[in-house]
Amino acid sequence: MAGNAWRSTVSRIMGAVKSQTQPRTFSRGMQTVTIIPGDGIGPEISTSVIKIFEAAKVPIQWEERNVTAIKGPGGKWMIPPEAKESMDKSKIGLKGPLKTPIAAGHPSMNLLLRKTFDLYANVRPCVSIEGYKTPYTDVDLVTIRENTEGEYSGIEHVIVDGVVQSIKLITEEASRRIAEYAFEYARNNQRNSVTAVHKANIMRMSDGLFLRKCREVAENFKDVKFTEMYLDTVCLNMVQDPTQFDVLVMPNLYGDILSDLCAGLIGGLGVTPSGNIGANGVAIFESVHGTAPDIAGMDLANPTALLLSAVMMLRHMGLHGHAKKIETACFDTIRDKKVLTKDLGGNSKCSEFTAEICRRVQDLD
Amino acid sequence: MSAARSVLSLSKILQPWTGLKGSTVSVMRPVMCTRREKSSYTVSVLLKGRDVLLVLGDLICLTDWGLHRFCCVPVDFEVVNVDSSLTSEDEINNAVTAIRRNGVALKGNIETNHNLPPSHKSRNNLLRTSLDLYANVMHCQTLPGVQTRHKDIDIIIIRENTEGEYSSLEHENVPGVVESLKIITRVNSLRIAEYAFRQAREKGRRRVTAVHKANIMKLGDGLFLQCCKEVAAGYPDITFDNMIVDNTTMQLVSKPQQFDVMVMPNLYGNVVSNVCAGLVGGPGLVPGANYGKDYAVFETATRNTGKSIANKNIANPTATLLASCLMLDHLGLHDYASMIRKAILRTLSETRLHTADLGGQGTTSEVVQSIMKEVQKGGPLTSEKI
Repeated sequence: MAGNAWRSTVSRIMGAVKSQTQPRTFSRGMQTVTIIPGDGIGPEISTSVIKIFEAAKVPIQWEERNVTAIKGPGGKWMIPPEAKESMDKSKIGLKGPLKTPIAAGHPSMNLLLRKTFDLYANVRPCVSIEGYKTPYTDVDLVTIRENTEGEYSGIEHVIVDGVVQSIKLITEEASRRIAEYAFEYARNNQRNSVTAVHKANIMRMSDGLFLRKCREVAENFKDVKFTEMYLDTVCLNMVQDPTQFDVLVMPNLYGDILSDLCAGLIGGLGVTPSGNIGANGVAIFESVHGTAPDIAGMDLANPTALLLSAVMMLRHMGLHGHAKKIETACFDTIRDKKVLTKDLGGNSKCSEFTAEICRRVQDLD
Repeated sequence: MSAARSVLSLSKILQPWTGLKGSTVSVMRPVMCTRREKSSYTVSVLLKGRDVLLVLGDLICLTDWGLHRFCCVPVDFEVVNVDSSLTSEDEINNAVTAIRRNGVALKGNIETNHNLPPSHKSRNNLLRTSLDLYANVMHCQTLPGVQTRHKDIDIIIIRENTEGEYSSLEHENVPGVVESLKIITRVNSLRIAEYAFRQAREKGRRRVTAVHKANIMKLGDGLFLQCCKEVAAGYPDITFDNMIVDNTTMQLVSKPQQFDVMVMPNLYGNVVSNVCAGLVGGPGLVPGANYGKDYAVFETATRNTGKSIANKNIANPTATLLASCLMLDHLGLHDYASMIRKAILRTLSETRLHTADLGGQGTTSEVVQSIMKEVQKGGPLTSEKI
């Protein structure tokens, strides 16, 4: 009796302590992740991912937020404060495709998010998916793209009628930051080499600065091999033999082109994961395909891209076991070819594909 | 001493198909031969016929010249030396003057040391802008006998060659912040679009695709796209569409057969032409041409120096040889052009002779000899000796 009273007291106290400390470490307790379903097929693929994560018993609780552009005080466009608050607290986000409005008067949502959280690195691991045949096999590379400046600074002027000047901005700070991230990524993920992609023969000062910063950072990471290659040579060699590349780091425009080129090698944007790393520890993982309004709401979408991005997110959070389980289940399903969505060559619905992956995940337990 | 060395090395190269060591040396003798480390030769050879300027960046051009002499092509080659290691621009300016004089040139790539300060501009770029060679044309075709992942590729890439990102206008206003200007003008965009559609019509092509990034560079690439649309309106028989450059590269590696003629600004042209060259078999196979209003310069499409394989007799001469065929076509010497081209393609289908870049073990000289044999089989237009 006294024992019971003692135990209930202890548990009451422990309960109070637990609720106050709010565990934020990855290893115990539930980690909060902000999920932004997005537009078009976004909501359905987000639901798929949530279901699969549940089946895998991943210790994550989701906080759903919507992102639309609103005009803040002072007339500047911004994302809704609830969304920003949630991201600032959780630090990790998963995002579906967002509609890019034409002539809406405000910049694209992706651009807004990038500016709000200073998402300076876009990371795209491109790994050949066994079971999804493309002319290229054994692709295993990562493109790391500087995401804030370069050719996408958005600074353009009409000098005189008929002459337009677009400014490409390269700064020491941003170049150093992306180079450091690239080398750290290589080290943390057991990659052997980092290649800087540039066009310094033509853009001597700008790409020259980028290259110099990469070389400087390379000095501090002697365990990772550093090479430099012209953009055109990379393109030429990439389509002939992509296995020679490991981690590629580059400024904005080249990164845009090369990361999409590499996505094409493994099967397109429907199966490519992507992550954006920001300052202050913020990271948003996203699917990079479009909103596919023509199939939205019809249960035909392929959640693979968002799922693989979520797996990337788990690895970023240190939940490697869960990541491996879900990834294996997904790849096994695709390799088996029995339950595939239309874009992968099958006839199944999104929900069936999701259910199949859930089943495999549970079997793997 | 170096002169003697280069004369000897020249005759060694020419020997396989001249067999007349004495006469080749005697042709060289009146002229000074200098051969420097990684660049080229200064040789003047006098033959009868029309004048063509030969600017040598690498050995391949010399073998090309040898082949033309073998085939009795009525072309004079004036050779101009451009040493990539020199910092003065005199040599490239001399080359430009010479090309202005002759009108047509065949060129190897001149290496740019990108660790030198920005005052040292790319020689290749200087050549292109001084001569206003505004259109870079590359015809990418699946070639017989070459193993590739994709089949049935037949794309003509037309790339604006003088402005865009290659304006070489950069400055550092604030330390640590560099601005590089990309210039797009209405005049040049209209010009290249007009060239593209005219070519498409002349060659019986159905579709022209403009490649751009106007969703991000709204004013710059927006202007380019606008100009293409305007020109397209004057060619109702040709379908015009456009594609964003990142989507283009993705489509190229999955379904390259969907493209016909592509027109684009300078940098995207660089990327797309290299991707396409890789798709059809590599840099050793595709010839490129740079056309201006008054001048034309022919070279390999992907403009590589091939430093790592230089002087080892393993380089693939196909690209430069096909480029010289383009040159012959430009000069109106169509018979010679098709004769040499047929011989090249027949040799290419002989897998045994493939060079290292195609996965074979053939040497440069073996390939050239085989081409010459094919040419001989073809008809009486060749000569046994010089």
